[in-house]
Amino acid sequence: MTKIKMNIANLNCFYAKKQVLENISLHINANQILSIIGPSNSGKTTFLRTLNRMSDFDADYWRKGKVFLDEKDIFSMNMEKLRSRVGMLFAMPMPLPLSIFENVAYAPRRLNLLKGKPKKYIDEIVETSLRDASLWDEVKDRLDESAMKMSGGQQQRLCIARILAIDPEVILFDEPCSGLDPISTAKVEETMMALKKRYTIVLVTNNVKQASRVGDVTAFFLMGKLIEIDDTAKLFVAPKQKETNDYITGRFG
Amino acid sequence: MKKLSPKLSQKLAVSLLTVAMIITLIPVSAIIFIIVKNGISAISWEFLFSMPTQGMRAGGIFPAIVGTIAIVSCSIATALPIGVCAAIYLNEYARDNLLTRIIKLAIVNLAGIPSVVYGLFGLGIFVMFLGFGVSIIAGALTLAIMELPVIITTARSALSNVPNSFREASLALGVSRWQTIRHIVLPNALPGILTGAILSIARVAGETAPILFTAAAFYTPNLPHSVFDQVMALPYHLFIISTQIPNMPKNIIFGTALVLLVMVLSMSLIAIIARIIFRKRRKW
Repeated sequence: MTKIKMNIANLNCFYAKKQVLENISLHINANQILSIIGPSNSGKTTFLRTLNRMSDFDADYWRKGKVFLDEKDIFSMNMEKLRSRVGMLFAMPMPLPLSIFENVAYAPRRLNLLKGKPKKYIDEIVETSLRDASLWDEVKDRLDESAMKMSGGQQQRLCIARILAIDPEVILFDEPCSGLDPISTAKVEETMMALKKRYTIVLVTNNVKQASRVGDVTAFFLMGKLIEIDDTAKLFVAPKQKETNDYITGRFG
Repeated sequence: MKKLSPKLSQKLAVSLLTVAMIITLIPVSAIIFIIVKNGISAISWEFLFSMPTQGMRAGGIFPAIVGTIAIVSCSIATALPIGVCAAIYLNEYARDNLLTRIIKLAIVNLAGIPSVVYGLFGLGIFVMFLGFGVSIIAGALTLAIMELPVIITTARSALSNVPNSFREASLALGVSRWQTIRHIVLPNALPGILTGAILSIARVAGETAPILFTAAAFYTPNLPHSVFDQVMALPYHLFIISTQIPNMPKNIIFGTALVLLVMVLSMSLIAIIARIIFRKRRKW
């Protein structure tokens, strides 16, 4: 029996008067990858940004419904605490204008994770995080260089390392490979597969193939509605809904 | 009428634009030329670092230089922290509603108020109501109010030039808003903020009207001992020696103007150099 990590109950999201998510109810299993597919404007990103309340910063955004993390309501939680438990990787690599080392060390320092630990502890965190993001070997000799000088794929893995450094429980990936070449994409996917042993992962992707490659469970969103959610193996072989079938076979539109 | 050929109209446009550019250069270079030509003979170690003598017709302008530096540094020390804090609030925290828009509009309009009005305001509030008297502090606070709109506007644009992705990246890690501002936004906005501050100093250093009623003295025999003393100030001193004192040697007038000009221009120069250095160091 898999453990349920997050539970979404009757979630409705709006931007001003426009409803972008309608009555979404689903649950996310622990230590699995849930991939969310769907055409653009189907509300995937809004859904993801709601899960760690990044959407709270968006103008005109409001919502109804509940989201639970380990059975606790995330909307009554402290926002910063929630985000340190539910990390997020953006579509575009967003390194901070700091060195590679400082990018990874940034959040542990700010969140006071180093309190009472020996001084060397931060070096350990940085190394483990970079190793887990399979970036260590490429950057270990130039940790003091600016992160802005790295390639796009490296930057994206650096951003993964930055999230791992605060050891969250859930990691949200928002189209993490949309700007990357196939080789970098493969590396990020590999990293994701390795990470699900320790973390629960939600992956929003425009790439149907990617969802079928890495997802344990796949959800199909269309026009703000959840059309279908099922084990990836089942959904891609025998979708129950016609729209899902049309979308995954590329006959949509 | 026959249309001009593209080649000819291009030539015509370029020469017109060049002439316009030259016309703007003429007054600037003429001012500098005249002031330097007439004033350079007055400049000496003694002129810069001694007290005026013989009813200001001889000696130096040291107290005026000290006074200007004192007033300006006190004013920037007040205006910079307040202005930067206000800019942070407006840019990072304030929601985009009617009140915020009115505040922003008010700040822009504050920059358009004539400087003599600031002077009268300073006289009313600082000199009389708060009882500071005509003093460095009263003049500095008046100038600080004048600097505020410039500092707030430049600081706001420096803050909004920091890419939003930096904020999102930091916030998404569970870092608080203030920590994000403190560790990511401010360090990256600092060059722009400092440039704005220096330029606002350059702007107020040459102002006469705001300090006329609030800080400046016709003549003081001693250097100021505290911020509650009156001081002589370069712009006001220049006004006095060029209009109020008969038989004033011309080279002292122009020499004083030259010192003021060099002080203001070197401020702008520092701002330009600082901007170049920071731009080179920028990491994105």
